[in-house]
Amino acid sequence: MKFKKAYLVLAMTAVLATGCSSTDEQDESLTEGQGTDASTSGYSDGSMSGSQFGSGNGYNSGAGYGSGSGANLGPEFSDPNNPLSKQVIYFELDSSQVKQEYVPIVAAHAQYLASHPNQHVILSGHADERGSSEYNIALGEQRAKSVERMMRSQGVSGSQLEVVSYGEEKPAVSGSGESAWSMNRRVEVGYQ
Amino acid sequence: MSLLTRIICCGLFAAVLSVAQAEGLTIEITKGSQTAVPIAIVPFGQQGSIGNVKLSDVISSDLGGSGFFKALAEDDMLTKPSEPEKVNFRDWQALGQDYVVIGQVLGNGGSFNIQFHLFNVHNGQLLMGYKLTVGGNELRRAAHHISDLIYEKLTGRKGAFNTRIAYVTSAARGNGRQYMLQVADADGYNPRTIAESPEPIMAPAWSPDGSKIAYVSFHTKRSEIFVQTLATGQRQSVSSYPGINGAPAFSPDGSRLAITLSKDGSPDVYVLNLANRSLTRLTSGLSIDTEPTWSPDGSTIVFTSDQGGKPQLYAIPSSGGRATRLTFQGDYNARGRFSADGRSLAMVNGNGGRYRIAVMDMASRTVNVLSEGNLDESPSFAPNGSMILFAANKGGRSVLSVVSTDGAMQQKLDFQSGGVREPAWAP
Repeated sequence: MKFKKAYLVLAMTAVLATGCSSTDEQDESLTEGQGTDASTSGYSDGSMSGSQFGSGNGYNSGAGYGSGSGANLGPEFSDPNNPLSKQVIYFELDSSQVKQEYVPIVAAHAQYLASHPNQHVILSGHADERGSSEYNIALGEQRAKSVERMMRSQGVSGSQLEVVSYGEEKPAVSGSGESAWSMNRRVEVGYQ
Repeated sequence: MSLLTRIICCGLFAAVLSVAQAEGLTIEITKGSQTAVPIAIVPFGQQGSIGNVKLSDVISSDLGGSGFFKALAEDDMLTKPSEPEKVNFRDWQALGQDYVVIGQVLGNGGSFNIQFHLFNVHNGQLLMGYKLTVGGNELRRAAHHISDLIYEKLTGRKGAFNTRIAYVTSAARGNGRQYMLQVADADGYNPRTIAESPEPIMAPAWSPDGSKIAYVSFHTKRSEIFVQTLATGQRQSVSSYPGINGAPAFSPDGSRLAITLSKDGSPDVYVLNLANRSLTRLTSGLSIDTEPTWSPDGSTIVFTSDQGGKPQLYAIPSSGGRATRLTFQGDYNARGRFSADGRSLAMVNGNGGRYRIAVMDMASRTVNVLSEGNLDESPSFAPNGSMILFAANKGGRSVLSVVSTDGAMQQKLDFQSGGVREPAWAP
């Protein structure tokens, strides 16, 4: 059910970015560890000269998902009978091909974007947890690019679309087994 | 915490040989070797306060965890001598021991004088006598150093107990997650956070001198590769191209990073010169090419590619050229990592839906599957080549696991809170 939350978050994220200036307000919340050299021992072979890390040296935490930015989307996005309300495309194992059942959903978003040229979306690709994590980053990107290509072919400008892959790093559903994995092999269409 | 935790593994011989704990960390040896050499580490005599570090426990845990030794439980010892002349070899023979280690620690106001002796129980021969002095909070390190000395004396191979590992933890925080890149002692103790972010951190890779770590951070909601100096905490962004910036691996001389970029289309392997930031593209085409790793002599880069349909490992000259396929066993072989001597290549081997750690002997090209999980990934060799650290899945949570390169011994480092992934053993 976590993915439902993700929708909400995406929708919320969506509310602002339409009017957002193009200056990227990046979320600089990566914190560096800072260390001191702790080689104070009388160790004869010098093997003790390690470093100690710890005191976090803070970047200010910026806004994250769902904290206020987002697009001003119409009611069609919350109407369960409208394909625009579906913003996650699911994939088969080790495949980046958009399945037939999702083609109308991608088309609906493409149509919307083509008629709203100022609207931006982030297509974030994801993979299930199986296999190695960097390969899964590549797989997630291929999925997002499949959706991107389909949208481009339907008249969406490249400048409206951004692709990012999180691989297996951000599962929508935690746990192992096909029921979780099938929900995690996905592309999320995130209106900005 | 449950000292009683027992995990029965499908091996021939299975028992929890030791469970250590610190900061929510447990180490469980889930598979022990039948041929392990019995050794008794007698509690060291003490003078003055030495805090809560018990050297004999740390050394027993190190040596027992190596798979080469089986450490005698303290409760089974008949006597606990701390001076050479008090050692009665018959006692230790009666207990079936091959070797006995005794020692003393003298607390000396901020520093410690440690001495220890290693004996062959069968002939009473003194194999090693050693004195060392260490500073205030370095007793654990001193214990690991003693383990290294004993290990090398008895096996002829360098020990890897006094080494460090890096890994990424993730745990729920608020409505999201918090990812932390940490460095700890090889037994998981003394974890220190190097970087943290609410967005994923991935792929830590050590510089050959152990002074820096390269990693991928998504904290700007895009992937970006950083190189961070451990002693100062100073961090530099080295790659932030559009698309994937991933899978950094230092060249053996530390001057370059092999990385994955998708700026030109599909993911490809590039070599980034760290001094002038110039890029050399090594692979091309529509396939996924990623997870580069350097051979220790720097001549070759091994990477994962799906150019044959499924992911397999390929080798390419690091200066560019034609790629040749290395793996043919199983339907999925990815993320290669060389041993320091270049003779072995560890990888994730997928077969029939099970993903396990395998090692290829580079001379014969034979592949041995070592681990026993279903979702094992991210193998990394100990600097002495005796063990492989990797990420495993335990009840839906990721934990770190260590397997000896002969597959005889396996242990788990289990951080109780959240998941631990992407381990990398320091050189």
